[in-house]
Amino acid sequence: MSASEIHSVPKSQHPLVEAARAFRQSWAGVLGFILLVAIIFMAFAGPHIYGVDPFEIVWAPLTPPGDTETAPLGTDYLGRDILAGLLHGGAATLYVGLSAGLITITIGILVGAFAGFYGGAVDEMLMRVTEFFQVLPALLFAMVLVTLFTPSIFVVSAAIGVVSWPTTARLTRAEFLKIRNLEYVKAARSIGAKNQRIIWRVILPNALAPLIVSATLTIGVAILFEAGLSFLGLGDPNAFSWGLMIGSGREHILDAWWTVTLPGVMIFITVLGFSLVGDGLNDAFNPKLRER
Amino acid sequence: MSILTVIARRLLHAFLLVLAVLILNFLLIHLAPGDPAEVIAGEMGGATEEMLQQIRETYGLDKPVITQLGIYLSQALQGDLGQSFFYNAPVVDLILGRIGPTILLVIAALTFAILIGTMLGVLSSHKPKGIMSGFVTLFSVVGYSAPIFWTGLMLVILFAWTFPIFPIANMYDITLEGGFFARVLDVLHHLVLPALTLGIVYIAQYSRLTRASMLEILGSDYIRTARAKGVGEVKIYGFHALRNAILPVVTIAGLQFGSIISGAVLVETVFSWPGLGTLAFDSILARDYPTVLGILFFSSLLVIVANLITDLVYRVVDPRIRTGG
Repeated sequence: MSASEIHSVPKSQHPLVEAARAFRQSWAGVLGFILLVAIIFMAFAGPHIYGVDPFEIVWAPLTPPGDTETAPLGTDYLGRDILAGLLHGGAATLYVGLSAGLITITIGILVGAFAGFYGGAVDEMLMRVTEFFQVLPALLFAMVLVTLFTPSIFVVSAAIGVVSWPTTARLTRAEFLKIRNLEYVKAARSIGAKNQRIIWRVILPNALAPLIVSATLTIGVAILFEAGLSFLGLGDPNAFSWGLMIGSGREHILDAWWTVTLPGVMIFITVLGFSLVGDGLNDAFNPKLRER
Repeated sequence: MSILTVIARRLLHAFLLVLAVLILNFLLIHLAPGDPAEVIAGEMGGATEEMLQQIRETYGLDKPVITQLGIYLSQALQGDLGQSFFYNAPVVDLILGRIGPTILLVIAALTFAILIGTMLGVLSSHKPKGIMSGFVTLFSVVGYSAPIFWTGLMLVILFAWTFPIFPIANMYDITLEGGFFARVLDVLHHLVLPALTLGIVYIAQYSRLTRASMLEILGSDYIRTARAKGVGEVKIYGFHALRNAILPVVTIAGLQFGSIISGAVLVETVFSWPGLGTLAFDSILARDYPTVLGILFFSSLLVIVANLITDLVYRVVDPRIRTGG
């Protein structure tokens, strides 16, 4: 029997199908999913439906919402349309959130998997590195990285990834430590599976549930990070993001609440969506809660 | 293992981490695009060719990299993190002048978070399906999802217009006349909003954590025994259960020191709080790299010290760990 045959299970009982069913029963997960679909639709279809350039000056500066039909949600300190900004800002924010999340998870899983699987000196060394990265205050470290290199979307995503992977690494390591001595891993080893195959094809798929939950939360955290960096003026100046809007409106907060409040609400809804989906997935993957 | 051996080991460990942070700083200077001498001088410092030459000599930039690292480390360990050409002052002096307000802010926020967080957690554990419990769950999700600087700005709007009872910027009123106590009160008055903003995220987390551990503890045998003996509810919650429920909160709080400092950078910027965060913001705008790297070093040092203290305090508080050491 080959290793792949060991893993083949009848489709009707596939754990993902079961998890999807359980996910639908979690109100938090469903609400989060709806929020995210709405945000993604807004970010990608919005700019086509409402075709105003967010960088273009359309009306008098700091016009409150409802004063003019040209800019229904008001204008910022330069007279740029807030609604256009909200619609365009989503894509940049989501893009950085997703790519930074991806970098975080890739580094985290690589480090955690090797540490947990090989143990001993490899584990010791990798965990020392992880510990070191946890000592550095993440946002300050990301600020330094972005300042030393130019603040492009890529550098910002990479910096967020480089400072946030330790949590994923620790989680992956813990899962690998738990799984590596289970019978099915021993079985795979006994039929001659190589280490790399055991790591990526046998253990990782079984460790995936908590990692997917953590990945969802990681994207939310990455979006908060991007917002923080942009707020400090360290985002990509050519990418119109919600954080950038808050940063540029900060000086005018007491005269023009809408320039800061509205993009903040968008970030809040997006991160809330990701964390609710994370909660829902957590419940869905947890067999103890399925009976309810 | 005696407590002294543990402390000695921990100190050595902490020292190695400090060394690692310094090596990272050194690498960052060299990995940044451009001439390291110009990185050290800072792009907007207006460094002349003579100054650059002087920097090259001080840091041995014409020597092999490993020698340069040696020079950098020995200078740093003697307390010399270089000169800020933007502020025209030694980096260490600049940072020492600003580190106090940051520590004050962080400790105030943590105290807020632990007190209010555990209180909410205990209240909601009393009726796990009640309104309070739902509120704690909702609050923790909401607190987690809002960007911290945005929460701060919302509080600024709220307290500038609707309830103008707290100052919304700076650390003290420079026009204030009065004695020492008046000044202390003034600083505390200015501290309320920044500490609350920084604390909100953690209030949310700690209330959820306390609720979970309280629920677990309230179901345990020794609480049932206490109830059987006729111990009152207040004493059970406040004394028997809370004492154990607070341990995980304290551990997490210690481990989160790094992320709290990150949050402090944003909160300080919102409220113009004169700490390391505003210094970092200003020196980044000025491309004053020695100061920026110095702040990264000092804030990591704060995290290392906080972790050390948490670890040792935990050993004293929880006897189970002492034997396992």
